[in-house]
Amino acid sequence: MTAAAQREALFEYLLRLGDNCLILGHRLSEWCGKGPVLEEDIALSNIALDLVGQSTLWLDLAATVEGAGRDADALAFKRDVLDWRNFLLVEQPNGDFAQTIVRQFLFDCFHVELLQALTKSANQEIANIAAKAIKEAVYHRRHSGQWVIRLGDGTEESRTRAQAALEQLWGYTRELFDGDAIDEMMMQAGIAIDPGDFHENWRDAVTAVLGEATLTVPEATWSIGGGKKGVHSEHLGFLLAEMQFLPRAYPDAKW
Amino acid sequence: MTAGNDWPLWEVFIRAREGLSHKHVGSLHACDAEMALQHARDVYTRRREGESIWVVQSTDIIASAPADKESLFDPADAKIYRHPTFYEVPDEVECL
Repeated sequence: MTAAAQREALFEYLLRLGDNCLILGHRLSEWCGKGPVLEEDIALSNIALDLVGQSTLWLDLAATVEGAGRDADALAFKRDVLDWRNFLLVEQPNGDFAQTIVRQFLFDCFHVELLQALTKSANQEIANIAAKAIKEAVYHRRHSGQWVIRLGDGTEESRTRAQAALEQLWGYTRELFDGDAIDEMMMQAGIAIDPGDFHENWRDAVTAVLGEATLTVPEATWSIGGGKKGVHSEHLGFLLAEMQFLPRAYPDAKW
Repeated sequence: MTAGNDWPLWEVFIRAREGLSHKHVGSLHACDAEMALQHARDVYTRRREGESIWVVQSTDIIASAPADKESLFDPADAKIYRHPTFYEVPDEVECL
């Protein structure tokens, strides 16, 4: 394999890491000022900031690897929807609080496993970012996991909403573990592991919490992916329109 | 933001550094102890203010009554001999 192809694959892989964090972080930031209580508003905003911070690290590195003169801001604010590489799961709308929490929990469980693996990456810069990010991800999982239990094992209404959120989002989780050619190249280079390798760990972690929450693990009756290849749901365009408006309308604005 | 009105109030204590004691920093609402800890972390330690958190339900704190102030505290006013000011400190003593 040529060095150029290798670099191209690494760039794509880093975009996936960065885009997942940025899109989910932006989604969570939509709760800012609208949280169910002040304390939870701050908690969600903290998590949003953690994720946006992580995305900066990943996209900085992606920009360096690409070597085309773009920086993290250019990657965040000047890419159109087809160039985004995040999972469909993270771009799904916030819905009600249960939907936000379930989406977060399903991702957090994946995120911890992924970062754990990346701390052992042959690429030292990736390993360093992962080591920093995993501390945050472990807290995110604790936060969302506790909420899943509270909602599931809560009132009839919270339970119904949490179960509905699970049914609605479960089909998007398959994509988190489906490896493709890029994953294969990262694996060969010792940079990452096959995401399928931690599907079982993820399932165990999720199942344990759902059990405690008296919620039912949904039947995998449908699944859809494509986000990591740039095929997105209709929601991402609207998110980008809001997120990218300012830097596009006022290029290089400083504040 | 009204949903939290029926959640109990918790008092938050943060220890800034090893060796210091926990200090009261404020209060918050939470529906259980784990949530109180997490909220305390998110609200009061965002700028690395601490390395240990205590949360206590406000109703579990037994407070002295303001009306008892005179009988509880005024008698100490007349006992200045309890302050360590009646002996000479030798120059050699550095830490006191």
